[in-house]
Amino acid sequence: MKLELRDISKRFGAVLANDHLNITIPSGTIHAIVGENGAGKSTAMRIAYGFYRADSGDILVDDQVRDIRAPLDAIALGIGMVHQHFMLVRPMTVTENIVLGAEPGSAVSLDLKQAAAGIRALSAEFKLAVDADAVVDDLSVGQQQRVELLKALYRRAALLILDEPTAVLTPQEVEEFFGILRRMREQGKTVVIITHKLSEVLAISDNVTVMRDGKVVGNLRTNDTSAAELARLMVGRDVLLRVEKAPAKAGATVLSVRDLSIAGRDGTRRLDKVSFDVRAGEIVGVAGVEGNGQTELVEALAGLLPHSQVAGTIAFNGRDIHQLNARRRREIGIAHVPEDRHRRGLLLEFSLAENAILGVHYRAPAAGGLGSALLNTRAIGQRAERVIREFDVRPPNPALPARALSGGNQQKLIIGREFELPPTLLLISQPTRGVDIGAIEFIHRKIVALRDNGCAVLLVSAELEEVTALSDRLLVLHDGRIAGEIDPAEATHEQIGLLMTGGHA
Amino acid sequence: MKLFRELLFPAIAVVCAFAVGAIVVLLIGDSPVETFRLLLGSAFSWPDGIGYTLFFATPLIFTGLAVAVALRGGLLNIGAEGQLYVAAFATAWVGITFASLPSLLLVPLCCLAGISAGAGWAAIPGVLKARFGSHEVINTIMLNFIAVALVGYLTQYHYRIPGDPIMETAPIGGAAHIPRLGTFVPGLPARIPLNVAFLLALFACWLVYVLLWKTKWGYEIRATGQSPSAAEYGGVSIRKEIVLTMAISGALAGMVGINEVLGYRYRYYDGFSDNYGFTGIAVALLGRNHPVGVIAAAFLFAVLQRGGVPVDAFTQHVSKDIVLILQALVILFVAAEALFRRGNRGQGALGRI
Repeated sequence: MKLELRDISKRFGAVLANDHLNITIPSGTIHAIVGENGAGKSTAMRIAYGFYRADSGDILVDDQVRDIRAPLDAIALGIGMVHQHFMLVRPMTVTENIVLGAEPGSAVSLDLKQAAAGIRALSAEFKLAVDADAVVDDLSVGQQQRVELLKALYRRAALLILDEPTAVLTPQEVEEFFGILRRMREQGKTVVIITHKLSEVLAISDNVTVMRDGKVVGNLRTNDTSAAELARLMVGRDVLLRVEKAPAKAGATVLSVRDLSIAGRDGTRRLDKVSFDVRAGEIVGVAGVEGNGQTELVEALAGLLPHSQVAGTIAFNGRDIHQLNARRRREIGIAHVPEDRHRRGLLLEFSLAENAILGVHYRAPAAGGLGSALLNTRAIGQRAERVIREFDVRPPNPALPARALSGGNQQKLIIGREFELPPTLLLISQPTRGVDIGAIEFIHRKIVALRDNGCAVLLVSAELEEVTALSDRLLVLHDGRIAGEIDPAEATHEQIGLLMTGGHA
Repeated sequence: MKLFRELLFPAIAVVCAFAVGAIVVLLIGDSPVETFRLLLGSAFSWPDGIGYTLFFATPLIFTGLAVAVALRGGLLNIGAEGQLYVAAFATAWVGITFASLPSLLLVPLCCLAGISAGAGWAAIPGVLKARFGSHEVINTIMLNFIAVALVGYLTQYHYRIPGDPIMETAPIGGAAHIPRLGTFVPGLPARIPLNVAFLLALFACWLVYVLLWKTKWGYEIRATGQSPSAAEYGGVSIRKEIVLTMAISGALAGMVGINEVLGYRYRYYDGFSDNYGFTGIAVALLGRNHPVGVIAAAFLFAVLQRGGVPVDAFTQHVSKDIVLILQALVILFVAAEALFRRGNRGQGALGRI
C-alpha cells in the first residue's frame, strides 16, 4: 500500500505541530520517520491513522484521496498502528486480545477456535512464534510487541505504523524484530517506523523522512545518507555522535561494594553478592536488560531501600555507609540521578526553583533564618538560576512548574541540581532516556567533564551505545549477578548482548 | 493570571450552584430573587448578620485548614469531626479542673490542651498509616465514632452536673473565658458570640501559609503530598511526614474547641458540632487547599448557614433545606471542575515560590 501525506498541517493551540508536510511512503518499503521529541512525527502518523484530523491537506492511499476521520476508517483501509505503550488486556489470552473489537462469530456466540487457527497461520507466515493461547501477562515485552503486530495483521493491515518499536527491546530482540519487519516487506506489506535511533534507521529502512519543528527537512534514500547527515538534519546543526573523552585518570577508590545482596519486597533475590569498586575520576558503566537488578543496585547505593532488604557492605571513601539514610548519603557527597524522573527525580507540580533544592532544601543556603526553619527564597532563586544557566534549561523561568518542561529539559534540571551538590560519587541511571539528540550530547559532555574533575561515576543505562561510549569500565548485570566485566573500548555489542542475556562472552 | 485562574473556577462553581439552586426554588414555587435576598440579606445585615456569619465561619476556617493541610500532605483527613470533639472536651476539662488558675495561665493552658488533644487524636491514624500502611480514610472515620462515644461517656458519667437534663459538663472557670468581639468593636452587641477565636482563626491561616510555603517543613509536607517517592529521594522520611501532617491537621481541627468552649458556651456541650469536620472537607476543596481560599469558602458556607433561618421563616414553600441543597451543589460543581483538570489533585498554583 502506498501512503501519501500531502500538504498536511495541524495546529495544537499555539504550536504548529505539522507544517505543510509532504511525505510519500512507497508500497512494499520500510520507511523511517525520524526527528527529535516534539518534531511532529507522531502527530503526522496519528493523522494518517485517524487519531487526529488535519487542519488542512490530504491523505492519499494508493493515489486516491481518502477521508480518514477515525482509526476505524484507517483500519478499514488497511492501515494499522502499534503504539509505544502496548494496548493489551494483560489477563486475557493472545487470541482474546487479538480479536478484541473484531470478535468472530455471531452476535451472541464467540468463535475463538477459528480465530486462534487464523492467528496461528499468521504467526507462522511471518515467523512470529507467538502462542495463541498464552496469557499476555506471561509474555515477555518482545513477545507482547509481536502480539500487537499480529493484532494489526489480523485486521488485514497492508501498512503498519510502529511508534518507537525498539525502545523496549534488548539488542537480540531488536535483531529478531528487524527480521520480522523484513519478512513483512517481502510479503508486500508497507512498514513505517517512527524512531530517534539513527543506527536503526540505517539498519532497517529503505527511505527516511527527517522532521524538525513540525516540518519535513529531508526525504532521503537510506543508502544515500549517513548518521551524521541525519543527525544534522534533525538538530539543525552538526552533532557530535561520538563521545570525546581522554583516557580516565583513575584515583583512589571512592565506592567499594562487597557481596551486596538485595531482597525484593516479595522476598525474591534482586541482587546476588555483587562486588565492585568505583574509583575517583572514572566512569563505571552497568549494562543489562532492564529488570536485572540495576534499579535495586542504584537505590541501595542511594540509601532508598530499607536496611532490612540490603545485605553486604557498601563503603564510601573507606567508611561503611550501610546505616546512613538517603539524606546523610547526599550530605557526604553522593549524588543520584534517578532512572524515573517523573516518579523520583522531580516534583512535577513544584516550580523549577523548588525542584532545584530537592534533597538540600533543609540546610543552608536553601534554608536559613529562624534556626534554618525558613526557606531562603533569594538563595533558592540564585541556585535555580545557576542550574538553569549552566545546564541550559529551557524555558529559563524558575517559576514554571517542572511539568511544563520537555523531557530533556527536565533531565537537565535534575542533573544540574545533582551536580550542584557537588558530588564525590555520582549515581546516574538512564541519563538520556527520552532526551533529544542535542541534549544527549550536552549531558554526555557534562558527565565526562565531571569525571575529569575527579568525581567517581556509576552509570546505569539500557542504551548500549551510551554505556559503551561513556564508560571506562563496563559491568554487565544479568539476573542480579555480574555476568562479566569488559573493556568497553574493545568489546563488541554482540559480546555484551550475549552477557546481558546470560550467555558467555 | 495564575491567581485569576485559581479564583475563576471556584467562582464559577458557586455561580452555577446558585443558578441551579434558583431553578430548584422556582420549581418549589417561590421567587428565587426573594429567597436569595432573604438568604444573603440576613447574612450581611449589621450587626447580627455579620456577627453571626463570622461566628459560624470560625469553626469552618479551622476544619477547612485542617483538611487543606492534610490534603497538601497527600492525606485525606475525614476525622476532623472526631478530633474537634476530643479537643473541645479536653479544653473544657482543663477549664473545669484548673478553674482557679489566673486567666493569663488558664486560657493558654486550655488552648494547649485542645490543640494537643486534636493533634494526638489525629496522630493515631497517622501512626497506623506510617507503621502498618492502613488507610487514613478508614481509620479517621472509625475514630470519629470512637471520639463521639468517648466524650459522650465522659460527659454523661463523669462531668455532668447531677440533675442537669442536658448532656453538658459543668461550666469552666470564669478565668478561662475569652472575650467576645463585642467587647472591642463598637456597635457589636456582646450577646453575639463572635469571639477572639475568630481572630485566632485568621492568625492560623497566616501561620499555615507560612508553614506550607515558607518553611522547610512545609516544603517537605507538600513534597510528600505531591510525590512520596520523589520526597523520599530528597531525603524526607515519609513516615515521619505522615504522622506530622496528621498531627498538624488535628491540631487545627482541635482549635474549634477554643471557639466553642472558651468563647461561646463556656462548657462542653455534647453534640455541639454541626458537622463542622465534614463541612471542612468542602471548605478545603472549594478553597483549593489554600488558607485564603479556606477563609473565603468558610465565609460562603457560613453565609448559607446564617441565611437558612430567615428563608425558612419568611418564604411560602422553601424550607431552610435550600441551604443544604446549595451546599451540595457547590460541592458538586467543585468536584466537576476537579474532573476537568485531572491530575492536578490538590495542587493549587497559589503561593508558589
